[in-house]
Amino acid sequence: MATAFDEMGNGDSCRMPYRTVSEWLASTPPEVFAHKRREAEILFRRIGITFAVYGEGGDPERLIPFDIVPRVLGASEWDFLARGLEQRAKALNAFIHDVYHERAIIRAGKVPESLVLQNESYLKAMQGFSVPGRVYTHIAGIDVVRVTENEFYVLEDNCRTPSGVSYMLEGREVMMRLFPDLFARHRVQPVSRYPEALLETLRSVAPPACKDEPVAVLLTPGPYNSAYYEHSFLADEMGVELVEGPDLFVDDDIVYMRTTQGPKRVDVIYRRIDDDFLDPLAFRPDSALGVPGLMRAYRAGTVTLANAVGAGIADDKAVYIHVPEMVRFYLGEEPILKNVPTWSCAKPDERAYVLEHLAELVVKDVHGSGGYGMLVGPHASKAERAAFAEKIKAGPERYIAQPTLALSTCPTFVDAGVAPRHVDLRPFVLVGADQVRIVPGGLTRVALRDGSLVVNSSQGGGTKDTWVLEG
Amino acid sequence: MLSRTADNLFWLARYMERAENMARILEAGYRLAAMGTVVGGGHTEWHSTIIAAGCETGFYEKHAEATAEAAIDYLARDPDNPSSILSCIQTARRNGRAVRTALSADMWDAVNGSWLQARAFRDEDFAPDTVRRVLDWVKERSLLFTGCVGSTMMRNDAYWFTRLGTFLERADSTARILDVKYNVLLPTYETIGGGLDYVQWTAVLRAVSAARAYHWIYRREVKPWLVAELLILKPEMPRSLAACFIEITRTLELLSAAYGRQGEADRLAGQIHANLRFTRIDDIFQMGLHEFLTQFIDSNVRLGHEVSKQYLT
Repeated sequence: MATAFDEMGNGDSCRMPYRTVSEWLASTPPEVFAHKRREAEILFRRIGITFAVYGEGGDPERLIPFDIVPRVLGASEWDFLARGLEQRAKALNAFIHDVYHERAIIRAGKVPESLVLQNESYLKAMQGFSVPGRVYTHIAGIDVVRVTENEFYVLEDNCRTPSGVSYMLEGREVMMRLFPDLFARHRVQPVSRYPEALLETLRSVAPPACKDEPVAVLLTPGPYNSAYYEHSFLADEMGVELVEGPDLFVDDDIVYMRTTQGPKRVDVIYRRIDDDFLDPLAFRPDSALGVPGLMRAYRAGTVTLANAVGAGIADDKAVYIHVPEMVRFYLGEEPILKNVPTWSCAKPDERAYVLEHLAELVVKDVHGSGGYGMLVGPHASKAERAAFAEKIKAGPERYIAQPTLALSTCPTFVDAGVAPRHVDLRPFVLVGADQVRIVPGGLTRVALRDGSLVVNSSQGGGTKDTWVLEG
Repeated sequence: MLSRTADNLFWLARYMERAENMARILEAGYRLAAMGTVVGGGHTEWHSTIIAAGCETGFYEKHAEATAEAAIDYLARDPDNPSSILSCIQTARRNGRAVRTALSADMWDAVNGSWLQARAFRDEDFAPDTVRRVLDWVKERSLLFTGCVGSTMMRNDAYWFTRLGTFLERADSTARILDVKYNVLLPTYETIGGGLDYVQWTAVLRAVSAARAYHWIYRREVKPWLVAELLILKPEMPRSLAACFIEITRTLELLSAAYGRQGEADRLAGQIHANLRFTRIDDIFQMGLHEFLTQFIDSNVRLGHEVSKQYLT
């Protein structure tokens, strides 16, 4: 693999946005970094920003490692990204609306019918139903990687219940506390408006039936969910109730929450529960997390769900291949952000290529997430690759493959000192009925192991604060 | 507010208070046991401590005999005992975590910090000659929590449900601590009001930090009926049953004014409160202190159920 693009710059050529950070790195003794990192850990532990890791035993509330060296983006870099993200989010929403209504993109032959209609994420219950403002994915976490100075690729569009925004916000708080002087020397655009922007987004999609101030709530699976901290944090920051399934009930197709003063009507639900578990009457009957009758109320138009049920059809890894086409089809524009070239194992010729080149490719299960069910070809052993080849042959439609990109690196504080490590970026795009809102920045995830390209927190990745400088 | 939130706040406060009271009950047991050995009293003090803690059934399923070690282990840290100090702290933290949005930052710090510190205790911290440090720590953490509630919570329904939990639990435990003394059987050659009886009643006073209050109010030597009067009927004594019920009835009134409705909880609380206001200590001793306390504990439990029915489900 070629040498990766380093965001600070290699050798003497320090890139502009990093000028101050670079001096700071050069002039600060390693003990100070080590000390600050310990302080950061204590802060995270005290605030309780933890992440549950399933099935590993040990501490059920683990900290995600936090790196204290910020990742810096210049204003123009960000503006470019933000335009691309907004464009992409609009196209994805148009696509979801289309596949549950006219299916114009299928009739035009741009997206194969079977890919949509036979997809597990395609919910018949949503056909012909119009959601308020035509917004399906109100909160999209679009994962972006950088390959060169001017090349950004989208890795994944997370359109269901993307998480990580609390790390973006708390990471910033911790950094501002630990390095006030460094902030004083930069002009970093704030991210703290996110919860307000989220609430505005949710209120903009209240159902037409809602006549008064919309009542929004955040629906969580509860304290045992890995992202529970984030759920409670966001509810708190927005000033809305954090509810669990049993706190809600449906009467005459209207959703209420149980309060100490009796039932109170709910208009918008920011749900962080998967489709399958939302309503035991409509989906999984064994779900204790959901609300019986919720889907009927939803279809009756008395309540808005964010993200919409069935929005997952747009973030399927096999559907991903067609997103640039969606941008052209619905918006009549050329895509600003690139897709990673992707081979679909469902197609015989592409499958043959994949099987031939396993050692160079990353193969992903289209239904997998969190770094599970994937093969990183160049890092896998011969036996691992052979075993994976069998899996591909047994269920080719389940897999896609991409080249191993040379993800950009950022200076990162590791045991050996400050060294380059691979990063990605998850900005959070908020789509309301009125406008698209993106706070400048996002969650930078960093692969802490030397050479590793896997940044998922469930696979030992860490996070960093992401700075977007003012122009 | 959400019924579940109110319920979690109510139980968070109850469990923090219960942790403190379990420490106080253990301390009373300790003081009594220290005297028991003087007269060769064996292990009856620990037996009565376990009864007073309401843990008799669970304890004897695990332990044949109420030794100091076994009692401390069961009451201070046994995970199988939902009322052990460490279980209480864990449950309190779980309740707090479930409704973090309803807690002030300081309350969360107090609860979460207690839990983190409790996890760091080791076996040797619970030995009979060292556990007193843990007991002091528990009291401190619980006081910190109630302090945070008092100085950082908005005065709204969240605060009232938290306070209800604290005072219902406190009333329950003061009654139980008094009952520890009752359950200690005096050696046959001792008489009520005798020397050993005196130190035992003093131990009860100390366990609820009321020794100084006693002298301030009565200005005479410790008498059983006066100790009972102080802890049951005196409204100026903050852990007395009467003082707890002043808070409980007032809190319930604030809630019913805010919500515009009343129910069985209000009626029952008023009845218990009236009984505490208009009963004389002579009547209580006439009826039997133990019988009175048992009856009180039962109605207090009933009140908890009624509060739950009215607001928390």
